Amino acid sequence: MAKQQNTKSRHAKIILWSLVVILLGATLLPLTGYIYVGVTSASAQTAGDENPRANYWRAVREGGEGYVASQGPYTTNTLIQNGGQNWRQIRNGPVSNYTPWLLAAVIGAILLFHLFKGKVKLSEPRSGKTVERWSMGERTLHWYTAILFIILAITGLSMLFGRVVLIPLLGPQGFAAWASVAMLAHNYLGPFFAVGILIEIIWWIRYNLPTAVDLTWFAQGGGILSSKHAHPPAGRMNGGEKLWFWIICTFGVAVCVTGIILNFPNFEQTRETMQIASIIHAVTAIIWTAVAIGHIWIGTLGTEGSLEGMTSGRVSEEWAKQHHSQWYEEVKGVKKS
Amino acid sequence: MARMKFLCDAERCIECNSCVVACKNENDVPWGVNRRRVVVLNDGVPGEKSISVACMHCTDAPCAAVCPVDCFYTTDEGIVLHDKDLCIGCGYCFYACPFGAPQYPEQEAFGVRGKMDKCTFCAGGPAKDNSDAEYAKYGSNRVAEGKLPICAEMCSTKALVAGDGDMVADIYRERVLKRGGRPQTWGWETAYGAQG
Repeated sequence: MAKQQNTKSRHAKIILWSLVVILLGATLLPLTGYIYVGVTSASAQTAGDENPRANYWRAVREGGEGYVASQGPYTTNTLIQNGGQNWRQIRNGPVSNYTPWLLAAVIGAILLFHLFKGKVKLSEPRSGKTVERWSMGERTLHWYTAILFIILAITGLSMLFGRVVLIPLLGPQGFAAWASVAMLAHNYLGPFFAVGILIEIIWWIRYNLPTAVDLTWFAQGGGILSSKHAHPPAGRMNGGEKLWFWIICTFGVAVCVTGIILNFPNFEQTRETMQIASIIHAVTAIIWTAVAIGHIWIGTLGTEGSLEGMTSGRVSEEWAKQHHSQWYEEVKGVKKS
Repeated sequence: MARMKFLCDAERCIECNSCVVACKNENDVPWGVNRRRVVVLNDGVPGEKSISVACMHCTDAPCAAVCPVDCFYTTDEGIVLHDKDLCIGCGYCFYACPFGAPQYPEQEAFGVRGKMDKCTFCAGGPAKDNSDAEYAKYGSNRVAEGKLPICAEMCSTKALVAGDGDMVADIYRERVLKRGGRPQTWGWETAYGAQG
């Protein structure tokens, strides 16, 4: 009996301890993973888990600078500069591939519009009476920048697209001759153009401040899209002219500033600065050119009676009434008083 | 056909600048124009390394890709050369080149660039081989004479190696094996075999 009891309590002990071992084992054994990780990472650290030589050359690959005994304006102390590859891929990629489509789209849209809608004609016959629109000084400034703009646009486009478009036409020697003339003209005339743009902005900003009338002008699409050629009211500058002015103030200024950065490499600007300036210059200049094509069309073939304002300085009263009703009233009012 | 390559062994280069001088002398390179230069990394601190660098004659050369007048060409030996009769000195190749190889003589005020000048692997240019016109524009044409670039030929520690890419690779592989380690092996002394 006693023996039996002894056996029973032994069994109970074995079961109890077995449970304790199983429970402890189940909770603690998985935690040994931490010990394994701790031990291996400690031993790896003592062995040195990074290769100092690899880091050394990685820094060089990322554009690290050193010391160079040789001296010269184009002798750099960087072993490898990485910006050039980005510049190459952006310039030869999106800039070269997409911007021609913008120019083509603008020219195409103008052609379609001119063919189907035609010129915006004067709604009343000319009475022969004229009013002064642009002073001699303003006209001189306009044509000064206009002529320079056309030269700079043609020479600038030659630098970006000449290799693809003009080398097949002119041959390598012929194009190289044109390209050297184009680059010199672009570089030498650029600063004079920038000065003209600056004077234009200062001179004409007071006529181009946005007003409430411009909103209705834009709401009616400048009157150009309506079938009756019904013209919304406008002051001396209508909404479209103001938009053109502010494009010059933004895109135009960006073109001039980046152009000057590129034109004078003697101020120790880095290659990176010039790479960025080059991309901004190309993109903004082509957008500006696209808008300028529209401006030229509206000012010449697109609207009857506009060009004479910029050539003789005077426009017919009918033109003024039709396109710039508020300005016409102002001018007449001033004259009466 | 051999594919020409430069290799500068950073474990051997001692920044003596002999390659720069030899290049200038051989090709009559003007002041301020450095077809080759030696860049010292970590100058003056332990682990300093010097590398002689010039045009690396890339397979897909960025300079050639961005040139507006397309004046670059690659010879059968894989040497990238350019035609100075076409070059307009726009500077685009200098923006694009990772190694700063294109150089320009500054001729006038405001940093106006002259025609680009760079390492030719001592292979001249498009003018007639070893003619006066070729020498005046591009310098020496040692390759046409069956010789290798003067910079590598002159190198006192044979750090700078030039020639057929396969042979250059063999020479370098032998060195690495002799040094008993990977190419990244730390230490100046390992360049010369046994310790000490």
